[in-house]
Amino acid sequence: MTPLAKLLEAALFASARPVPVDELAALDPEASPATIAAALEELRAHYDNDGHGVELVEIGGGWQVLTRSEYTEAIERAQLAARPQRLSAAALETLALIAYRQPIGRAEIEEIRGVNVGGVLKSLHERGLIDVVGRAEGLGRPLLYGTTPLFLEHFALRHLEELPRADELAIALRQTTPSERDVTHTDERQPTRDA
Amino acid sequence: MVPMTTVPSDLSVAEVLPPAYVPPFTTGSTAGQGVVEGDNAFVVELTSYSGPLDLLLTLIRDEKIDIYDIPIARVAEQFLVRIRTLGLNEAADYLEMAARLLRIKAQMLLPRGENEEWEDPRAELVRRLLEYQQMREIVDLLERRADDRRNQFARAFLPEQPTPPQAPLALSLSELLSAVDRVLRVVLEPNMHDVVARALDVPAAIEVIRSLLAIKARLQWTDVVKSDAAPWQVLSALLGLLELARLGELHVAQARPFANVEISRDASSEAA
Repeated sequence: MTPLAKLLEAALFASARPVPVDELAALDPEASPATIAAALEELRAHYDNDGHGVELVEIGGGWQVLTRSEYTEAIERAQLAARPQRLSAAALETLALIAYRQPIGRAEIEEIRGVNVGGVLKSLHERGLIDVVGRAEGLGRPLLYGTTPLFLEHFALRHLEELPRADELAIALRQTTPSERDVTHTDERQPTRDA
Repeated sequence: MVPMTTVPSDLSVAEVLPPAYVPPFTTGSTAGQGVVEGDNAFVVELTSYSGPLDLLLTLIRDEKIDIYDIPIARVAEQFLVRIRTLGLNEAADYLEMAARLLRIKAQMLLPRGENEEWEDPRAELVRRLLEYQQMREIVDLLERRADDRRNQFARAFLPEQPTPPQAPLALSLSELLSAVDRVLRVVLEPNMHDVVARALDVPAAIEVIRSLLAIKARLQWTDVVKSDAAPWQVLSALLGLLELARLGELHVAQARPFANVEISRDASSEAA
């Protein structure tokens, strides 16, 4: 390995969190972004090709060394580390809405989910997955929520743009072009009249 | 002892136990099955729904209903049946949805003219259902990714530690000792160790002096205190002398400083 790749490896090993590229670049003032990228690629190839129990992963806006998933069971059985608890369905739904519509207020989340989300928001906030990112205009200036870097880490995302765009989802939301709405209505009207 | 562990006795236990256990088992299981089967249509496990829209979508899926043409009367009825068993607190959100369904149902029943501009009262509900379903799709995606990530460990997270206090042992020995000294000074009586004082025996010394004086009218200090006397004996003798002098039984005189002490019987006390 090149000295720069070794340096990056040491830095990633020392850090408990994903390290952003600009922080990696700061390790060596002479390294250009291209050489950093090349060194990261070298390190990843080294882990992948030379048979290592860990791998280099781009996650949460940075780079991190993670154990390979085939050793999870053994590590957990030996109680060296424990997998974090899964999030509840309510928490996931709330997170999904916040991820796609941030900044978003509590009222809008409740409108879409059809349930009270006060408790869920609190626990998500406590877990550091969401944060208050501002206040809405209007009555009471309600808090607006957004996702945190920890959210990206939790869902193994490099950045928010990695989530599929709303119109790429299997059920694209029929929101709102007037023509579309008209079509829907004529479709619906017919059977109702018959009934 | 041996017969107890032989095979026949084991068998007898096996023969006796099952009849004792089986009756409650069979009655319990049949009764339980009956209940489950009978109430199956009404049992709503609240935990399996994350809200009224979830329940509604499940209904629509179960009944294979076209989401763009919801038979609102049937769905509203089914919905009410399913929420009947919910706890009251949990049911609030579900009841709101039930009310909404009934309102839509009522609106659908209102007569309307052929040429009237008519907005399907279900449109808003359909929009919400689709929106909700889209969100569920994202949830599935997030769940898959979270599961992948759960199967990998990062370096164990170490909570940030408060800045440690200055190392207390970066001291020379003399600094340490003077610190100890300062601390001990603060204590009112630095009680390093207990000394049990040898009690002085003044009465005995007085007896000795009296008996000596009874023999001789004049004594020297060196007569009273032997040369090999311990300090406590010297002190006892001194205190005894002073005490007898105070009582007026004798006189103590010294020709010059550090000279031998002259002890004489007091004439007046002798007279008394």
